[in-house]
Amino acid sequence: MASFRRARRSVASGAFTGFCWVVTGVALAALALILWSLLVKGIGGIDQNTFTMDTPAAGSVGGLRNAIVGSVIMCAMAMVIAVVVGVLAGTWLAEYGRNSVYANLVRFLNDILLSAPSVLIGLFVYEFMVAPFHGFSAIAGAFALALIAVPIITRTTEDVLKLQPTALREAGMALGTPHWSAIRQILWKSAGSGILTGGLLAFARISGETAPLLFTSLNEQFLNFNLTKEMASLPVVIFNDALSAYDDLVRLAWAGALIIAVAVLGTNVLARIITRERHPS
Amino acid sequence: MSVTDLAITDRPRPKGAAFDPVFKWVCAAAATTLLAALTGIVVLLAIGGWPALSKFGLSFFTSTDWNPVTDVFGGEGPIVGTLVTSFMALLFSLPIAFGVAVFLVEFCPRILRRPIGVAVELLAGVPSIVYGMWGLFVFAPFFATYVEVPAMSAAQPGSLLEMLTQGVPNGANILTASIVLAIMILPYMAAVLRELFLTVPVQLRESGYGMGSTTLEVVTSITLPYVRRSAVGAVMLGLGRALGETMAVTFIIGNSHTLPKSFFDSGSTIASTIANEFNEATTPMYTSALIALGFVLFLISFVVLAIARALLGSEKAV
Repeated sequence: MASFRRARRSVASGAFTGFCWVVTGVALAALALILWSLLVKGIGGIDQNTFTMDTPAAGSVGGLRNAIVGSVIMCAMAMVIAVVVGVLAGTWLAEYGRNSVYANLVRFLNDILLSAPSVLIGLFVYEFMVAPFHGFSAIAGAFALALIAVPIITRTTEDVLKLQPTALREAGMALGTPHWSAIRQILWKSAGSGILTGGLLAFARISGETAPLLFTSLNEQFLNFNLTKEMASLPVVIFNDALSAYDDLVRLAWAGALIIAVAVLGTNVLARIITRERHPS
Repeated sequence: MSVTDLAITDRPRPKGAAFDPVFKWVCAAAATTLLAALTGIVVLLAIGGWPALSKFGLSFFTSTDWNPVTDVFGGEGPIVGTLVTSFMALLFSLPIAFGVAVFLVEFCPRILRRPIGVAVELLAGVPSIVYGMWGLFVFAPFFATYVEVPAMSAAQPGSLLEMLTQGVPNGANILTASIVLAIMILPYMAAVLRELFLTVPVQLRESGYGMGSTTLEVVTSITLPYVRRSAVGAVMLGLGRALGETMAVTFIIGNSHTLPKSFFDSGSTIASTIANEFNEATTPMYTSALIALGFVLFLISFVVLAIARALLGSEKAV
């Protein structure tokens, strides 16, 4: 009897082990398949025109130059806003607010904002900046992206500041340094790589965001540097082109998707390398 | 000359000390912008959606009549579509994510552990529009040819299978949308679950093995009970992601506002409806109805995310 029970237990466990092996294989295969088709179709779509020409009219030759430039401009603007606000907010949570009721409330709301549907951020910015001023603009787009990046930076800044040893703070105090100089010159410096990692992760996240840009920066056929006008961005161009009926545009969409994926994955890898150098595991 | 007491107490304050309170307030203001942003989202969505919500009242939630021509809007289709696709996606991806996480913690050969773990985490960061495009151009045609058509032709008229498989076999339906969603949230959930499993003290698991437990028994009676609370939180986070996901779904759900009648029927979610129609909304009531849908989505995901955070505790990053 005992041996029967033992057999049953090991069979069940064996089946479970097999299940884990199989699903991991299936999951990795599915994800590899996605990246593979992205690579094949994306590389097929890239030629020299991709980087030198603007959005084509259906049926003519064109590229993604305006979209790439637009994405870079809006992401850069968003990152400037997000780094300033995020680092300061994270500093407040870690150094001043700590466990006060208000700090806990802000922390909770930050976590909600961190995973809030990005399409709603777009709607909010539309109501807040686009509708009142009667116009889509690159500024509104950057603002929407910043709103997505800020919670990520706040979170990582707070986390790495909390990891800094109290002795560092005390050393600053003992020298008679004002609190804010201690924060700037000691804490931010020693937490620098962690904050940088947070920034990179936030950048990776916003560079692929489509939904918040649909109703804020809209799209634009031509290269444009006017921040108060509509501006093209890679994700929105991909979205429009992919749903169009023209093979050329679909090809461009794949090229754009590959460019975004490479940028995002590259940034993620970079962030990982930076963290690893500081905290070898 | 000796230093007098006066000179010590009268020593100038360190340079920049006057800015201490200023800096504190600047930081506090930055933290307050987060509060302001979230309040702003709630308030503006509520104000923007109010005309539609007050005009249609309860029928906004119970009617599927979404008609821009007559300016009548009932949002039951997208609301139900959002819930159905999200739960189906969770149903598909949870067992797989669980299996992957257990594999990485318990079975994975040491040499593969890091590469696979890193790969899973990197894939969690791939933008959703990539998954959407893959769904539209690769998965949907494949699914239509190899699953939908055979299933529909195999279905006897009047049978249950026929009921579940009616629709246009073009690959754009709620089932394919759910599968693409499931693939999309899979790396994310696997990464979070793996992090959780790694928090289980090694001694606990080893004592399980020491008692003669099999791997399955260690997982079900030691690992899972230890992380139970946070694991539910992690699943809720995955659900929150699926609820608000826009691009991956918009490409492939078919965009009709009726209630999906079968797995192969097209449908819509709140996010896909907003993404598709917001820029084409011609009347104020149309815009308002879309914003009202956004408000509903906000409420749903707020509740889900709040529960998730409460269960996970505030220490958990991600």
